[in-house]
Amino acid sequence: MREARLGPEEMAEKKREKTCSTCFEVPIGPVHPALKEGIRFTFWVEGEKIKKVDIRPGFMHRGIEFMGTKRNLVQLIYLAERICGICSVSHPLALVQAVEEAAGIEVPPRAQYIRVIIGELERIHSHLLWAGVAAHELGFDTLLHYVWKIREPVLDLLEDITGNRIDYAIPIYGGVRRDIPPEKYPKLKDALRYYRSLVEDLLNFFLRDPSIEARTRNIGILTREEADALCAVGPTARASGLRKDVRQDWPYFTYPDLQVRALTPEDMGLGVRGDVYDRIMVRLLEVSQSIQIIERCLEEMPDGEITSVPKVAALLAQLKKAEGEGIGRHEAPRGEVFHYIRLEADKEAPVVWKVKAPTYSNLMSWFPMFKDQEIADIPIVAASIDPCICCMDRVHIVRGEREEVVWKEELLRLSWEKTKRVASRVTRHAPWGRKG
Amino acid sequence: MSGLNALWQAILVLVGGGAIGFLYKGLDRKLAARLQGRIGPPLRQPVLDVVKLLLKENVVPRTAVPWLFQAAPFLAFVAAVTALLYLPVGPLSPVLHGYGDLVLVLYLLAIPALAMALGGLASGSPYAVVGAQREIVMMMSYEFPLAIAAVGIAWRLSTLGIGPSFSLATIAANPLWGSVGPLGWIGLSLLFAALLAVTPAELSKIPFDIPEAETEIAGGLLVEYSGVNLALFYLADVIKTLVIAGLVVALFIPYGIAAPLGIAGIGGKILDILFFLVKLFVVIFVAVTVIRVSFARLKVDQVARFYLLPTTLISLAGLLLLVLDKVVMGG
Repeated sequence: MREARLGPEEMAEKKREKTCSTCFEVPIGPVHPALKEGIRFTFWVEGEKIKKVDIRPGFMHRGIEFMGTKRNLVQLIYLAERICGICSVSHPLALVQAVEEAAGIEVPPRAQYIRVIIGELERIHSHLLWAGVAAHELGFDTLLHYVWKIREPVLDLLEDITGNRIDYAIPIYGGVRRDIPPEKYPKLKDALRYYRSLVEDLLNFFLRDPSIEARTRNIGILTREEADALCAVGPTARASGLRKDVRQDWPYFTYPDLQVRALTPEDMGLGVRGDVYDRIMVRLLEVSQSIQIIERCLEEMPDGEITSVPKVAALLAQLKKAEGEGIGRHEAPRGEVFHYIRLEADKEAPVVWKVKAPTYSNLMSWFPMFKDQEIADIPIVAASIDPCICCMDRVHIVRGEREEVVWKEELLRLSWEKTKRVASRVTRHAPWGRKG
Repeated sequence: MSGLNALWQAILVLVGGGAIGFLYKGLDRKLAARLQGRIGPPLRQPVLDVVKLLLKENVVPRTAVPWLFQAAPFLAFVAAVTALLYLPVGPLSPVLHGYGDLVLVLYLLAIPALAMALGGLASGSPYAVVGAQREIVMMMSYEFPLAIAAVGIAWRLSTLGIGPSFSLATIAANPLWGSVGPLGWIGLSLLFAALLAVTPAELSKIPFDIPEAETEIAGGLLVEYSGVNLALFYLADVIKTLVIAGLVVALFIPYGIAAPLGIAGIGGKILDILFFLVKLFVVIFVAVTVIRVSFARLKVDQVARFYLLPTTLISLAGLLLLVLDKVVMGG
């Protein structure tokens, strides 16, 4: 299948086929002020209008899944925490669910509540961070500085509760590592009251500002059908009117009791257009939704144990005996995080660990969004799915000096090969069937 | 005026103008930072920036047209500095008084922007080419209201029998507000508003900084410039800010405070010059600093629409009212 793998000349040829004759090629990335992480966009523009776009990810690939299979399961949590700096509790939360399912570990109710509280606090700080970035991409730095200033208290609060501003090291198999003692409740409630008083301001600043509206209304439209067909997740899907939220569709932790409902622009009493404006709106609405969730959690949180296996040595011993597979899903601020894990008895490290970050699902929604937009819209449209390239990158091909691109057929073949390789590591009860 | 005398005056204006320009640039950055809730850089930061740029390597990209790429910053700088010499400083006449008028200043003001567009096109970077296209589109949109405002005032002055009516010194010496009727007042206010609206675009500041647009085209026109060339563009911007503010002051608020306060002689002149500097600062603060922290960056079509429709209409309405005023007053 040599012809499936193209060198630079063939790639240039292939690109030329795809473009129009009067187009001008504008490369954005892998290093560009509009991008916070390395990814390369190639735009073919006519005047200011975008005719074609190509995306080339892979610059940030770190091979974390492979590293994970060289560690024991407790060490794995720390690694999972470092997949993403912003959703730094989302990956561990999905991982612990997967391992708990595989090993059959129960989680006490109080721990479930604490997990939800930390997860929702993270959503608040992540959405505020994003709102600041969006303002900056629009050239509205005043709003960036304002939003990042009001983001500080939630980070301070997280530090107060967990000891860290990010990477909280809270989830562990069977529970959480730190309790939220009742004397910290007032502080939490104060912070929530502070944010509740600011939500209205934020909505005003972002949604009723004429210059922001001029830059985001009817820009980067992703229709409901496209969002559904491209499997968009998180706020990206919800802003297109798709009521899709892991907390609503497959509730976990204490979410079944909390009755979380996926928010769309309709909840603001507006029609769904699926543009950047709607994506700003949905994220700001979710900030206030998270405040409500945390408030309810604080009221309803029962007393009791915070973990079912307090001793790490005992936990490791139990995990070593565990056999089976599990999946964990969590609604991260950017969308669904999915972890798959396969454990085998007498092995400390997982045999297989598969991670899917939300950006991986949202990447393809860039194509309809960029269609017929202008160069000036590139930064805000790119930012509007809240991309996290590091978490998402799966593969990077380097062979000597030659840069190569793998097309679909070749990629499929490589994936089958890898599955076979992984299957060969699985010695017992492998669903793929290789034995001995 | 002897040649030597003019030379001394020119040096004084340029050195003084440079110093004031740097001070105002520093103030602009500091105040913008305070408005955004930041601490901001020290006042001398613009000077430090330029000094550092002057020490840096001057890179000419391989894809550039070298002579045009190198010439553009000088063109921009020289044009901005020359325009400064045509500016009446408070009670003092312009250094080059009698050698050119308002129309020349308007052309000189257009040159730095054109030079930047040329340099951008010559640099061979796609970002700069996009920036150059935007710069030209923006210029074509804002030049019309700017010209209307200037011509409107000069024309009304000529109907009052004051001449040479296009000379900036004449305009500054004969404020129109006192000699027109109520209709003229409204007309002048509209022209004033149009000129203030044009100011941030002339200076490529948010919301009209589209030719540079950091997050979109990574600095656009300036993306390939470095070292001395970039320092020259920076200096041109510093001086041009003063010139535009000076033009606004000369056209619309040329009043001094020495005469009303009854201070004559050299003391009165110094007081008027200081008052002129305060007026410059107020114009820069209102039309540049406050505006650039209050808005998001617009897109090129939105900018063009803003200047071609509302701003042009406002300035035309202002001109029309001045004409009506002349008919009513029978000037």
